[in-house]
Amino acid sequence: MKTHVQTEREKKSPERRERFITVSNEEIARLYTPEEIKELDYERDLGYPGEYPYTRGVYPTMYRGRLWTMRQFAGFGGPEETNQRFKYLLKEGQTGLSTAFDMPTLMGLDSDHPLADGEVGVEGVAIATLRDFEILFDGIPLDRVSTSFTINPSAPVIYAMYIAIGDQQGVDRKKLRGTIQNDMLKEFIAQKEWVVPPRPSVDLIVDIFEFGIKETPKFNLISISGYHIREAGSTAVQELAFTLADGMAYVEAALQRGLEIDEFAPQLSFFFNSHNSLFEEIAKFRAARRIWARALRERYGAQNPESWKLRFHTQTAGCSLTEQQPLNNIIRVTLQALAAVLGGTQSLHTNSYDEALALPTEEAVRIALRTQQIIAYESGVADTIDPLAGSYFVEALTNEVERKALEYIHKIERLGHGSILEGVFRGIEQGFFQREIAQAAYEYQKQVESGEQTIVGVNKYTIPREQDQKVPTLKIDPEVQRRQIERLKRVREERDARAVAGALHRLEEAARRRQNTMPYILEAVKAYASVGEIMEVLKKVHGAYREPAMV
Amino acid sequence: MDRPIRVLMAKAGLDGHDRGVKVVARALRDAGMEVIYTGLHNTPEQVVKAALQEDVDVIGLSILSGAHLAIFKKAMNSMKQSGMTDVLLLGGGIIPDEDKPILEQMGVKGLFGPGASTQEIVEFIRREVQKLRSAVL
Repeated sequence: MKTHVQTEREKKSPERRERFITVSNEEIARLYTPEEIKELDYERDLGYPGEYPYTRGVYPTMYRGRLWTMRQFAGFGGPEETNQRFKYLLKEGQTGLSTAFDMPTLMGLDSDHPLADGEVGVEGVAIATLRDFEILFDGIPLDRVSTSFTINPSAPVIYAMYIAIGDQQGVDRKKLRGTIQNDMLKEFIAQKEWVVPPRPSVDLIVDIFEFGIKETPKFNLISISGYHIREAGSTAVQELAFTLADGMAYVEAALQRGLEIDEFAPQLSFFFNSHNSLFEEIAKFRAARRIWARALRERYGAQNPESWKLRFHTQTAGCSLTEQQPLNNIIRVTLQALAAVLGGTQSLHTNSYDEALALPTEEAVRIALRTQQIIAYESGVADTIDPLAGSYFVEALTNEVERKALEYIHKIERLGHGSILEGVFRGIEQGFFQREIAQAAYEYQKQVESGEQTIVGVNKYTIPREQDQKVPTLKIDPEVQRRQIERLKRVREERDARAVAGALHRLEEAARRRQNTMPYILEAVKAYASVGEIMEVLKKVHGAYREPAMV
Repeated sequence: MDRPIRVLMAKAGLDGHDRGVKVVARALRDAGMEVIYTGLHNTPEQVVKAALQEDVDVIGLSILSGAHLAIFKKAMNSMKQSGMTDVLLLGGGIIPDEDKPILEQMGVKGLFGPGASTQEIVEFIRREVQKLRSAVL
């Protein structure tokens, strides 16, 4: 950007710091003028909401038509406790459900696995068999809610369970609405939950696409996620670039399978983080839509406008929450939620102020939901579409974030000799993504310790620990683990063992022959095979993954 | 001159949050310590075995999944069985205040939550290792 000659008057009012930077270490200029956006062409680069390239939003009326879905992530203990929390949230006015699973379920292990000890029901709900899902959705008609599942390696099993519950309730599969996260590439890059290696993991995802576009057309079959990449310490640009590259990799994998782009692309959805630097986040969301629309139309030849639209969920940045003076987190979450709304999100989870300490209490969850309701109904920010468009700063920043993200995407493409799918696989295998993220996290930590980045209550305006607010935290009863193990044992005794063995055998055969595994997983689920048993079959066929340790 | 402080940075259990452990590992390395990182998804027993093989002064165990009580207990037992009385066990991650005394009672020497500075961790390790080494002499 153009540097501006210092006048005598400016020298008399010096700036309070040498560099002004975002949390992602992007330098921000003193002033933005028409000069910075002189190349911007309204029709070409922004367009109208609901129109290509969707920079201003994916729907023509945006929040004037319908507000974003307020979707608080919930799940802890056994399915009974989570079912209660779901009913509480629906009663409080929440419009979509979002399910958090415990670590063993996420990693495809049953509650009685030795590695599961101490983790059952702790970070989310424990699910082993369809019996648990029957309890989880007791009294919740699936044709009336949309449910999101934060699940990755065991996504095919959980997706099959949801279909099975719908079948039990007599709900037409075509009416099922919701999302499975089902994004394994970002697992290898950042969140680190896996069962089988990257390549067979992507094959399983494409199995879900192939099955889901016909069976559950209203269900989002993947939520391509930057959230965890950011939580692992990436910058905003890295989050955007790596997530979109993952998205393009899935598109290429599905095309290789022989699926038609316009058949599956409308069922892809995204999930981003919203961190503290308000304008940078807004620019990131706007740039995301523009890059995706252009890539789908120009690179992959999609014709259906539904394929060009990047729809996304946002969660405020868990990593920005502080253990010190925890009530301050309410204000951070408010600003981050505001960025998501100004950036045109389709759904939003606001973190609770106590989450740097433990899982949130009911009171903290209510405040987080109220934060969204105040933004929606009191602030007026949702009353006009993309209100910051045309701001010299926001447009310049949108361009800048887009440019830097595209640089990364091109680098990944070169790594794969023209294939983004191959580039992402190699990036994972060579530790490229992991190194970039760890480097950014370390740089940020150094800036915090040197005071270049301020965290109120942590490196500035601190108070002695003993004076700090004590907040009540939610405790998981260790009884949950015992109860889950017992229920699993009972299910194993009561189910038809031959049906289970037959279903698992057929799944293994299908996986070996590279047939679509989804119908076989659904059969196994309906026979009450467990998450662990089903994932074990896939591990037997494809092997287990272990990441090389690198610092 | 003292030999450099050797540290095993470890993740145990199913928890995949490795941002903090990697940041601390790099900071300790920049502070002149020798750092070994176990990678993810180890059992507490595997961590202790690695610490024994690598002959470290310090084990830094990171847990953000809420399974800290179960995992530290197993790690501590395993250290006792291996006779590792001269090795410092430190914890990092999300550990609620009410669990801290329980872990300290088990013998976990220092606990560092979100917001702890790496400088603070470096100084703590230097001081405690100094104490251990002079006690041995």
